[in-house]
Amino acid sequence: MIAIIDYGLGNLRSVQCALRRVGAESAITADADEISGADGVILPGVGAFWRAMENLRKSDLVNVVLETAKNGKPLLGICLGMQMLFSESDEHGRHEGLGIIPGKVIRFTESLKIPHMGWNEVKHGTPSPLFESVKDGAFFYFAHSYYVVPNDPAVAIGVTDYGKTYASAVQKGNVFGVQFHPERSGPVGLEMLTNFYRLCKTT
Amino acid sequence: MDYKKIIPCLDVKDGRLVKGVHFVELKEVGDPAEAAAAYSEAGADELVFLDITATVEGRKTMTDAVKRTADGISVPLTVGGGIASTDDMQRLFDVGADKVSVNTAAVRNPDLVKEAAEKFGSERITVAIDTRKSDSLPSGFEVMVRGGREPTGIDAVEWAGKVVALGAGAILPTSMDADGTQAGYDIPMTRAIADAVSVPVIASGGAGELEHLSAAILEGHAAAVLVASIAHFGKFTIAQMKEHLAAAGIPVRL
Repeated sequence: MIAIIDYGLGNLRSVQCALRRVGAESAITADADEISGADGVILPGVGAFWRAMENLRKSDLVNVVLETAKNGKPLLGICLGMQMLFSESDEHGRHEGLGIIPGKVIRFTESLKIPHMGWNEVKHGTPSPLFESVKDGAFFYFAHSYYVVPNDPAVAIGVTDYGKTYASAVQKGNVFGVQFHPERSGPVGLEMLTNFYRLCKTT
Repeated sequence: MDYKKIIPCLDVKDGRLVKGVHFVELKEVGDPAEAAAAYSEAGADELVFLDITATVEGRKTMTDAVKRTADGISVPLTVGGGIASTDDMQRLFDVGADKVSVNTAAVRNPDLVKEAAEKFGSERITVAIDTRKSDSLPSGFEVMVRGGREPTGIDAVEWAGKVVALGAGAILPTSMDADGTQAGYDIPMTRAIADAVSVPVIASGGAGELEHLSAAILEGHAAAVLVASIAHFGKFTIAQMKEHLAAAGIPVRL
């Protein structure tokens, strides 16, 4: 069972529907015991960074996310959920993140339209099981104005070009993050979630 | 890359499609969920549901239609029409909508845009603007409300700038002069708004030929094109539209 963390923000339903399509059982939950008992954990998120962190703290769920990262179970942050894995964000002032992956979250300053909202290619970076059988340069759906800058460039398992090349998918051990929405990225998104599900079953 | 999008728009009333969508493979012509799934399969980049329901009873049916639709597609769904509060938005997000679009309610209460962007994120808030030509306003375009029936005296380009400052993540301007004519998008209006704001603009209203789509992007500076009749009546497939854009040198997801 995959736990989809419910802290009052996020596109939880579409994540759950996508998991169902790849045959994965999941639960939308705010229960720390249920989350720590799951085979894998998804941290979704939309909206403002500081509010998401505040909600996660208020829901008493920061520890269970940190423990999941530590104990080796697959953890996947989606969109803002990916950004929250990092040390800090510049969105609406400086705010501390979960600090699981060292690095920061900054705003696009390119002359292109912001938010970056639509389909874009993800090129493979450091090889990762998350991208197994996913074509290099496959299209995924994005909706964001901020992006991550990892301290260690090797954590980038996928990169995307939007005015500049940035890390659109990261991995640090059992912790994964994707800036795009696999649950809204057609068959290729489902393929990626299948890979994540496989990791959950075998870890 | 800055890939451009094709977004079919489905008009839904009391949970049923208003204009038929003429896909050969559709079993039930009036079901928005089935039409949406077919468009999603056919390569549409996103989908928009425009709820033109007038009654409270009908809105309940709409929530159910959104739920069934969102569950059956794997591309983002925007829902617009009759949204007046963040509670209305929350209800739609809860059943699987990825974004919402506000129109009249934003004009009546601009703070709604700010409140919604703070609560849900700019990425999820689109402001739709119905416009018509007006010589008495600086840009030459006036904001219309209540389904394009009521003039407001507000300049459309100025209004677009204001809602972006309040937190709108996209602008969907529809020309009341061009809508339904299939004679092409209102390029000067689309361009005036697209050049004035920092967020993506979705051209809407008037598409009838493939050339209209590329013109909205190349001349109108739109980031996406909304398509209705041109797609629903089977005149062109999504693939044909994308091939046309690609041939015109526009980056699209093929």
